[in-house]
Amino acid sequence: MIEIEGITKRYDATAVVDDVSMVIEPRTIAVIVGTSGSGKTTLLRMINRLVEPTAGVIKLDGADNRSLPGYELRRSIGYAIQGHGLFPHRTVAQNIATVPVLLGWDKARIKARVDELMTLYQLDPEAFGPRYPHELSGGQQQRVGVARALAAEPNVLLMDEPFGALDPIIRTKAQEDLLTIQKRFGTTIILVTHDMEEAVHMGDKIAVMDAGKLVQYAKPAEILAKPASAFVETLVGASERPFRLLSLGRVRDAVEKGTAEGEAIPGDASQRDALAELLWSGRPALPVRDADGKPLGRVTLDGLVKRSARPA
Amino acid sequence: MRGAPERLTGEGVPIRFDKLGVVIAVIAAYAAFAAPFATFRANRIVPGQARSMLEALPAATGPLLLAIVVVAALVALFKTPLLLRLAASAAALAALALLIGVAGTFLTPTGNTFARISPASGFWILIFAFTLLLADVLTRLELSPWARVGVLVVASAAVALLLISGSWNDLSILKEYANRADSFWAEGSKHVTLALGSLLAAVIIGLPLGILCHRVERLRASVLNVLNIIQTIPSIALFGLLIAPLGWVATHVPAAAALGIRGIGTAPAFVALFLYSLLPVVANTVVGLAGVPRAANDAARGMGMTDRQRLFGVEFPLAFPVILTGIRIVLVQNIGLATIAALIGGGGFGVFVFQGVGQTAMDLVLLGAVPTVALAFAAAIILDAVIEMTATRRREASPA
Amino acid sequence: MKAWLPALLRLALVVLLVAFLTNPGWFEPLLKPLTENNAPVIYNQGSLLTLTLLHLRIVLIATMAATIVAVALAILVTRPAGAEFLPLSRSLVNIGQTFPPVAVLALAVPAVGFGEKPTLIALFLYGLLPIFENALTGLTTLPANVMEAARGAGMTGWQRLVKVELPLSAPIILGGIRLSVVIGLATATIGSTVAAKTLGEVIIAGLLSNNLAFILQGGLIVAALAVLIYDGLSAVERYTARRMGRETA
Ligand SMILES: Nc1ncnc2c1ncn2[C@@H]1O[C@H](COP(=O)(O)OP(=O)(O)OP(=O)(O)O)[C@@H](O)[C@H]1O
Ligand SMILES: [Mg+2]
Repeated sequence: MIEIEGITKRYDATAVVDDVSMVIEPRTIAVIVGTSGSGKTTLLRMINRLVEPTAGVIKLDGADNRSLPGYELRRSIGYAIQGHGLFPHRTVAQNIATVPVLLGWDKARIKARVDELMTLYQLDPEAFGPRYPHELSGGQQQRVGVARALAAEPNVLLMDEPFGALDPIIRTKAQEDLLTIQKRFGTTIILVTHDMEEAVHMGDKIAVMDAGKLVQYAKPAEILAKPASAFVETLVGASERPFRLLSLGRVRDAVEKGTAEGEAIPGDASQRDALAELLWSGRPALPVRDADGKPLGRVTLDGLVKRSARPA
Repeated sequence: MRGAPERLTGEGVPIRFDKLGVVIAVIAAYAAFAAPFATFRANRIVPGQARSMLEALPAATGPLLLAIVVVAALVALFKTPLLLRLAASAAALAALALLIGVAGTFLTPTGNTFARISPASGFWILIFAFTLLLADVLTRLELSPWARVGVLVVASAAVALLLISGSWNDLSILKEYANRADSFWAEGSKHVTLALGSLLAAVIIGLPLGILCHRVERLRASVLNVLNIIQTIPSIALFGLLIAPLGWVATHVPAAAALGIRGIGTAPAFVALFLYSLLPVVANTVVGLAGVPRAANDAARGMGMTDRQRLFGVEFPLAFPVILTGIRIVLVQNIGLATIAALIGGGGFGVFVFQGVGQTAMDLVLLGAVPTVALAFAAAIILDAVIEMTATRRREASPA
Repeated sequence: MKAWLPALLRLALVVLLVAFLTNPGWFEPLLKPLTENNAPVIYNQGSLLTLTLLHLRIVLIATMAATIVAVALAILVTRPAGAEFLPLSRSLVNIGQTFPPVAVLALAVPAVGFGEKPTLIALFLYGLLPIFENALTGLTTLPANVMEAARGAGMTGWQRLVKVELPLSAPIILGGIRLSVVIGLATATIGSTVAAKTLGEVIIAGLLSNNLAFILQGGLIVAALAVLIYDGLSAVERYTARRMGRETA
């Protein structure tokens, strides 16, 4: 659990982060969004003390993050930055092993962990381990960057626009990978992004920042349904709202009784995908099946349209 | 957040040490109290005897200088306003410069023309310490190019005044000068002619060569390679190697001999300096022209400029600061290298340096070395100022 | 140009240099026309090989000392504690470059006497500047996100310096060392004017006795050494630059 209490950072007279308080539950993903210069990066960097706050306290599992030296704190927190920041003079394997080496793990354990992470990220340890970062594609570099942040099995992972430079397909893949890994290791993640789609998709909660202030911190559905201010409303994109709302729900939760013609849609697809398929194929309803192919019922255009309306 | 309470003086101003100031104060304390201020020698080549600051100066003056040095060192030691530091360093340097002359007069027995008084390590270390302070202040003041040249002019004027007033006349270096006043100026003008003349020749040949290299890519690598290899030939060897071909020219081409071209002397020195100068001029011209933004060139072509108009109207003005940097390198390097001309009878301040080394007369070495360093230093300051001025004018002229 | 030609030329130069240093007699007929009145053709007051080794030794010692001091200084002024000294150190480097080597050499004599010592001092002082300047450039132009990642991974200041900053600056620092060595090789010849045992001795003997063959052999040996060392260090530099992921132009 991460408790941020009244944290403020001033450069000269301007408060770049202004009295922000929020609690991030263990094993969840909190996404920070906001316009450029609103203080997202600064807030993130105060958690691992790359920036020292002017006022306020940050507690990690109840302990003040100033209770141990900054560098020891940072070894226990994963940090992935935009543009990956891989060490160009070290191989992929050495890059990933950075923090375990700093922590003094033994060789066998480090190798096992590096191989595990590389396999997880579909990078063959034999082929990619000895390569240098400039010998990788942008997407591969980014994956190595995240693998490096995860290497020492941190409970907390800070990510600053980690998928910023990726093309849409690789980006979706990277997001799925991260969700899988987060579930598997139970990591608490704080992720900064400019992409509202990504925020809604990844976040258990979304924090919206404006000019250093935290203007809203809530579940994605609530942010979409009840934006706290005109600013939040603009940020979530008024014209995209219904579709974003649908993308939060699974098809299985919108199933109605009855049958329908044509190809079926799996129950764990998003409702937004179902709507798109309905519109594209010009059908009023789709059959729904679960993973084993067992029919669950159908999903209808009318039903989805109702679901995408502003909740009461 | 509340910081730790600061130590306060009576007025409530916190006392803080200046890091560089600590270094300067330590050096100055050592030099003032533990190192000799002046050296006394019965004649110009016997070993000298050390004299401390208090021994070297008349009754009241010694403690006065000591006091000035201590106060200036204290100003340096603590965090003090820049202008105070400027005043302290300037005052200390002026007092040192003035009083070393007084020490010369004081230590010379009346009527004795053989005795030699020269500044000793303590004096030089103090000069170094306060020059360091002055340099630090001037760096932190971030003076404009004009102001820097102004400081140079004021400092030169002050030194000239001290020289003309004769207050240094009892110092050994000026006694060496007095014995060689005529040849000093003759060698000096030879030195300057060599350094500037070879630079001029290098610019006249090097600029077109650089433009040619820029335009004809195939030429570029080979020309720069040849010039690079010339740079690796040690200067004394290059000077020497040119003796033979020029000697041959002198004996076989009467017109050349009439122009003063000889196998030894100024001609090989001039040619050697010229050859060394070519690389920086050509290389910087090529780099400068290559750095001209493509857009500017395209725009010029689009407006219908001919190649010539483009060269003089667009490329050249934009490349100018870089070319000037090459010229600065050459000038400073030539002023230094010209000292070596003395080895092959080419004259210049090197004559005194090498004579001095030969006779183990250090003051004679200084007579050659000090003006050389001063010239190179002044050339660097002036050209740096010019480069900065042209570069900033360019930057202001083109919107960011 | 064929790719193997430069390598072949270099190899030929090495072979030629070694042959000349070990068996200078072989080359006597070539240099004979440059002498007059039956003057000796090959330097005869000492072995060329020994002088070359002494020459290299002086340059090596001075460069090593200069590298240690210059890199240490550059590290100092790029740490937060030494940041105050950064602007001053830049000015001093600028001023230092205006001191001609001959002046430094001559002025060192009264302090340490004739021989190798003043030459070492001059080479050391002159070698400091390019290395310091390059080390400063290297340490102040590190990619910001890599430094950020190093800090974020929990490296201490010392670990960042040793594991990231120095390795990444190595190619640029090597460039400074290369310049410094080439300047040093040439300056060491001037050291013979203050009685240091270097190849300058051969050249000066030639100047004094008007023996062109001496001047030529001394000058060419130094030039060949400079070209070979320059090339060798350039290759090392390119190799490290590739390893550090910093492509050089
Ligand atoms: N070291 C610093 N000194 C002074 N101002 C700073 C410093 N670091 C950040 N700022 C200012 O603080 C503000 C917030 O910066 P921050 O990097 O946190 O923004 P951000 O929300 O991450 O923006 P972006 O989306 O563009 O990355 C900006 O106005 C920035 O200029
Ligand atoms: Mg940011």
